[in-house]
Amino acid sequence: MEAVDLGLWSVPLAVFAGAIRVSTPFLFVSLGECLTERSGRINLGLEGTLVFGAMSGYAVSYLTGSAWLGVLVAGLAGSLFGLLHALICNMPKVNDIALGIALMMLGTGLAFFLGKNYIQPQAPNLPAISLGSWSDLAPVRSALEINALFIIGLILVPSLIFFLNHTRWGLMLRTVGDSEDAARAIGFSVKGVRTFSTMAGGFLAGVGGSFLSLYYPGSWSEGLSSGQGITAVALVIFARWNPLYCFYASLLFGGAGALGPALQAVGITSGYYLFNAAPYILTLIIMIFSSSSTHRFAGAPGELSVTR
Amino acid sequence: MTISARTLGAIEALFIPLLAILISMILFAVFVWIAGSSPADVFALMYKGAFGTSFSIENTLQRAAPLILAALCTALPAHLGMVIIGGEGALVIGGLSAAGIALTLPSGSSPLMIQTVMILSGMLMGGLWIGASGFLRHVRGVNETISSLLLSYIAIAILNHMVSGPLRDPSSLNKPSTRPIGDENMIGSIPGMDVHWGLVMGIIFCACAYVLMYRTTFGFSARMVGGNVRAAAMSGLPVGRLLVITCVIAGAAAGLAGAVEVAAVHGAANAPFAAGYGYTGILIAFLARQNPLAIIPVAILMAGIDASGGLLQRRLDLPDATVYVLQGIIFIVILACETLFGRFNIFQPKETA
Amino acid sequence: MSVKNNISRRSVLRGMVGVGALGMVSSSMLVKTAMAGGTVTIGFVYVGAKDDYGYNQAHAEGAAALKSIPGVKVIEEENVAETNDVQKTLESMINLDDTKLLFPTSFGYFDPHMLKVAAKYKDLTFLHCGGLWTEGKHPANTGSYFGYIDEAQYLSGVVAGYASKTKKLGFVAAIPIPQVLRNINSFTLGAQSVDPSITTQVIFTGGWSEPVKEAEATNSLIDQGVDVVTCHVDGPKVIVETAEKRGIYSCGYHASQASLAPKGYLTGAEWNWAKVYTDYVTSYLKGEEIPNLVRGGLKEGVVKTSAYGPAVSAEAREHADAVKAQFMAGEFVIYKGEIKDNKGNVVIAAGQSNSQTDIALESMDYLVSGVIGDVRS
Repeated sequence: MEAVDLGLWSVPLAVFAGAIRVSTPFLFVSLGECLTERSGRINLGLEGTLVFGAMSGYAVSYLTGSAWLGVLVAGLAGSLFGLLHALICNMPKVNDIALGIALMMLGTGLAFFLGKNYIQPQAPNLPAISLGSWSDLAPVRSALEINALFIIGLILVPSLIFFLNHTRWGLMLRTVGDSEDAARAIGFSVKGVRTFSTMAGGFLAGVGGSFLSLYYPGSWSEGLSSGQGITAVALVIFARWNPLYCFYASLLFGGAGALGPALQAVGITSGYYLFNAAPYILTLIIMIFSSSSTHRFAGAPGELSVTR
Repeated sequence: MTISARTLGAIEALFIPLLAILISMILFAVFVWIAGSSPADVFALMYKGAFGTSFSIENTLQRAAPLILAALCTALPAHLGMVIIGGEGALVIGGLSAAGIALTLPSGSSPLMIQTVMILSGMLMGGLWIGASGFLRHVRGVNETISSLLLSYIAIAILNHMVSGPLRDPSSLNKPSTRPIGDENMIGSIPGMDVHWGLVMGIIFCACAYVLMYRTTFGFSARMVGGNVRAAAMSGLPVGRLLVITCVIAGAAAGLAGAVEVAAVHGAANAPFAAGYGYTGILIAFLARQNPLAIIPVAILMAGIDASGGLLQRRLDLPDATVYVLQGIIFIVILACETLFGRFNIFQPKETA
Repeated sequence: MSVKNNISRRSVLRGMVGVGALGMVSSSMLVKTAMAGGTVTIGFVYVGAKDDYGYNQAHAEGAAALKSIPGVKVIEEENVAETNDVQKTLESMINLDDTKLLFPTSFGYFDPHMLKVAAKYKDLTFLHCGGLWTEGKHPANTGSYFGYIDEAQYLSGVVAGYASKTKKLGFVAAIPIPQVLRNINSFTLGAQSVDPSITTQVIFTGGWSEPVKEAEATNSLIDQGVDVVTCHVDGPKVIVETAEKRGIYSCGYHASQASLAPKGYLTGAEWNWAKVYTDYVTSYLKGEEIPNLVRGGLKEGVVKTSAYGPAVSAEAREHADAVKAQFMAGEFVIYKGEIKDNKGNVVIAAGQSNSQTDIALESMDYLVSGVIGDVRS
């Protein structure tokens, strides 16, 4: 390994690399939540789904030796949580926000309960794809070690946009999200669509969790999630329910997470707690400036409880 | 026909949650059985750990104290249709300000004076913190669920920054803390039991909140807003003021919880004191169906479950997360059972089904 | 008896090690507990998961060593917060499980939590990990123990100094407190004893258990050209694994992480709580007095080093073994003047030497020259 001193250039490089590494769980959870919220439901339980996905993915990878099988199981487990959320919310008088918080608790609790035996073992991790072999610089090569899940997430962004805007199913989903009455009048099944979109959201959140345990940082522990799941839910509002903005916002949150350590690495050391809180402060400020008390939040699905 | 509709409603409000708890216990028993433990043993130990001995009861009540106040932080705004989940932030900021202000008071101040100032400061700061969510909601239309959550992350960052930087006691070498408020200034126990006064404060706060919400014009107006904002605004109610004031009171409850944690348990503010009571409070508020008086027994029940967790770990080798699983199950089943309200003919003002 | 106590008392005042019942430090005695036969229940409380490959696992391994002692029953609780939670856990162990000897193992349990419970149950014994007990200030039925693990960190530094080609070492730390700073400094001084030009880059994550930030910090360090990394966080698993993935060397902490990095693991600074706990419990069962303050390093067996990994050169082994032998003989002093901090101030003057037990080292608030980082948060 050669030593090349990049000096201050290492900060943007680290933020870039960190943005890619740290953003993937945000990206998956926010895309999933985006789908769910576009159908008019909010699922705050994705934090629990993420943690359970991380645990189940790791456990399956350890038990079967296949990390990809772990990702799949994490996704399936996530969609089961989504199904539970959807079925209960389909009943009248049930508050979707409260149920989300309940599922967060249950998902985390179950993951900790079942995950005790998997804290110690080392499970096979997901492979990285090296896109940086053209460079002589080790940090550049390392920054371009990109995980396939990030690329899948990247592909999902335009796919979801296409799905939402140009397919019949997407239209159905948006209609249900904007007006239940209109959807019923056309003959769409409001419950069916929401069940589907919550399950799909759960699937993506589970996969996002498996990224944490199977790639970065790459092992299961109870402190693995520091609220990425719930942050990602906030991020969807920040991103105005647009998958493309979800992608940018995920990169921003990921990069912000990498900024603190990167600045310390070049000697800027004070105030790291405040640096770590920067994404939250930023989101709040943006929400304050982009919301309005007189008209509805731009881009918000009409039936969504948080924007009413 | 001899029972009034109101009584029937009250019975229903009691019966459905009890049914939900019963269902949750059955589900939990199945879970524990699959996990390889005997449900009978688990329930027996949980009872022992939560309520079975005088120590257990004190343990449970002490744990309930901060939870009661934290639950009010979610419950009160809920009457206006707001979902506040940032009680943790108000608790943290309240505790931090209480610890901070205690150290600025002249050294000759009496303990009662110091405690009073700490409590007022905690309530004020907690009130401002959640009040900000209410204000942003009214003035800018910012969703209060998300803003209160973001504010609680920010509060925790401020706590960490302050206790390891500007407010750090230089002699708290290996555990960054503010300077201790001093043993003589700590809030003590209720005479005759090993439970601090925070419990009494919580119960009083709940009683006052109940009166405010159900027996005053303010509460009536607030609940009108919760029923229909537009209708309330059109009938001339000061919606913004109601929102903000309720949020301030709610935040004050959580801020008080934080101040009491500092003044009765930790003696200083430090990172471990942000222990997540605010999040458990959300659960309790929903289980109590946002009723301030119902919060008291529900908080005691949840605290009992927490208190019994240790015994399950030690005796049955069950993971510490067992109690979270049970709390999660109860929470979900109770919410699902909301749908049963009005479905049982027996509770409708008409005889039998 | 009294002579010995006088000596030990003076020793403690100087912060020195006397030879007590455990062959380590002792001061005034604890309440003697006559064993009335039957089994004695001993309770352990951990702040995190028992199998975190780190701080808590090191204690749990120590507790596990007690289970084979006849007449001893060990009960444990993990993930107990440093709040009212730990007070009630201790009391619950006492009231519901009749526990006589309690080990709250997290640093933050001591003040006010353990002290409050100990004041209430004066006939029981409370032993805390952290070395915080002070004569006259803290109750007699409490005690505290800790190890000079920076001795092992110094040895890790020596080994790292040989292994590094870039002459840049990395240290992922939780928060800038004296115990952490001392490890960073000792590690750096060890490496500089091999090559004075070596630097150590420090990154503070701000918390004891922050897996994503720890991974991010490790990657940042590696991007800066660091080729040996070590840490002081509760669970070093992520850091050691990340180092192995990126193909650099690592030194472990708390427990052995050798199995996580078969290629790059050099050595590590480990606790040897099994010895401390066995000594305590043996004395306790015999009804002997237990010293309030127990401290020790490599010599006393409180800390140990991981076996050398395959990447450690013969030269490095030889040097490290030689220093270790001096530690074992009680002859080696890490903090010997002149030492400057990384802002150029002299912190230990030429000719002055702060031996391991010197109380001045316990309030360390600087990073030595060659460490890149800042103690302010």
